Amino acid sequence: MPQATRPMVRAESVHKRFGRLEVLRGIDLEVQPREVMMLIGPSGSGKSTFLRCINHLEQINAGRIWVDGELVGYRQVGTTLYELHEHELAQRRAEIGMVFQRFNLFPHMTALQNVIEAPMLVKRVPRGKAVERARRLLERVGLAEKADAYPAQLSGGQQQRVAIARALAMEPKLMLFDEPTSALDPELVGEVLAVMRQLAHDGMTMIVVTHEMQFAREVGDRVVFMDGGVVVEQGPPAEVLANPKHERTRSFLARIL
Amino acid sequence: MAADVEHGTTFTVVPVRRYGQIVLAGVVALLVAWLAAAGASSHFINPAVVGQYLLNPLILGGLANTIFVSIAAMLIGIVLGVFFAVMKMSSNTVLAAVSGFYIWFFRGTPVLVQLIFWFNGVPAVFHDLALGIPFTDVIFFSMPMVAFMTPLAASLLGLGLNEGAYMAEIVRGGILAVDEGQVEAAQALGMVSAQTMRRIILPQAMRVIIPPIGNEFISMLKTSSLASVVTFGELLRRASDIYSSNLFVVELLVVASLWYLLLTTVASIGQYYVEKRFARGTARAERETPWQAVLRNLMKLRR
Repeated sequence: MPQATRPMVRAESVHKRFGRLEVLRGIDLEVQPREVMMLIGPSGSGKSTFLRCINHLEQINAGRIWVDGELVGYRQVGTTLYELHEHELAQRRAEIGMVFQRFNLFPHMTALQNVIEAPMLVKRVPRGKAVERARRLLERVGLAEKADAYPAQLSGGQQQRVAIARALAMEPKLMLFDEPTSALDPELVGEVLAVMRQLAHDGMTMIVVTHEMQFAREVGDRVVFMDGGVVVEQGPPAEVLANPKHERTRSFLARIL
Repeated sequence: MAADVEHGTTFTVVPVRRYGQIVLAGVVALLVAWLAAAGASSHFINPAVVGQYLLNPLILGGLANTIFVSIAAMLIGIVLGVFFAVMKMSSNTVLAAVSGFYIWFFRGTPVLVQLIFWFNGVPAVFHDLALGIPFTDVIFFSMPMVAFMTPLAASLLGLGLNEGAYMAEIVRGGILAVDEGQVEAAQALGMVSAQTMRRIILPQAMRVIIPPIGNEFISMLKTSSLASVVTFGELLRRASDIYSSNLFVVELLVVASLWYLLLTTVASIGQYYVEKRFARGTARAERETPWQAVLRNLMKLRR
């Protein structure tokens, strides 16, 4: 069964520079299907950048990333990489859901319109079917009655839950979460984490950049600690968070807990 | 210490008297009254003539032409503006430079010069207007330039191209005002840049673009009077055609001005409602309109 052994994400010595600043300095990682990977680390460690490289929102400068066996951003012929055309990039991105720190809902559309927009525009799903599916998704994130509300009329937690429903509407095989609760008031964090917990329970492959250590411990299959653009340490949450092997992990956890 | 009063007493509040303002208002009112009296007693304006020409068929035709050329030039300007705004933001240097040149040239020269250039200059330089394959002798279609460059064509070209340059900067400002996260969210959902622009960026940019478009349109209603120099029969041209034969110069200028005032007033009211429509998703959209306020107060009166 080659399907079962193929990783959902594979990164091979990924490098990324912003000008002269080297943000990623050789990342090697694998994420298995149905796995929930928690990316932790101090700000500026490159974890968000790495996440954005997976769906090619950022172009990498060296190395390669595969999602579900397909090279991200390029077509490889021998030792030459051909940049993919915009339409091919879009097609691959459509299969990867992404949730942003600042929600990035479309403010001129209602919650329902936010959720049906991409399926109708990108996947050509007929309106009736898209609406029916969107209502089910909004119900799943506990916002069935907010379908006709504009983002400005929703709390931060509600907006982020709509954003999750919007990403799920594309039926992604992988979900990327970029600090999904960092912009929320403390009392609203729980409702978003509950939705993510359910999603993990349902078997979604997830990569989550987070500062919520309790959540990482409970929901993550694996915790990866990044610092200075490299992976310092990784393993089961209980191990990494409770008995970190590296000094840098220890001092980070001491500061955050 | 003020005298003690019983707890819960209602006080009388005396607003401060602004004597300077009262004196100034009196002086201004006097000046206005004096001007009005001077106007009324003068023999230059004959109100009967104004009334007589207000609904003259030539004037009404000119009014229709003013409305038509303003709307048409505005539409040309908006289409060109969106086109050149997107072009100027292109990562391709040639496209950005060509757009930059267009904006620089058409904003940097007077509209009046551009109008005369299209009407008189172009037919003098180019004899024929031809459609063919450049740098070959293949021609699909050709006509004399003087036949093509009618007063209407010159007005639309002059006003439209000039407006396009201003609109390009307005549209570009609107696009830049949209949060970058919107582009990322759209891309992450699998939209290509054209879809992102059409469905996500432009609708949000509209909120920023609409108020200046309203101002541009109100300005265009008046600027269109410049088309009179290329003999286009808009409002001012018709008024001047009439006064050059009957010599009621001031009366006809008053007639034209009254119509311009009506047009700009109607346009201002329209602008208010259009802005409201594009403010969807913000608090501004939920506020009641002046018309709704009037209706609400009328309902109160009936009770």
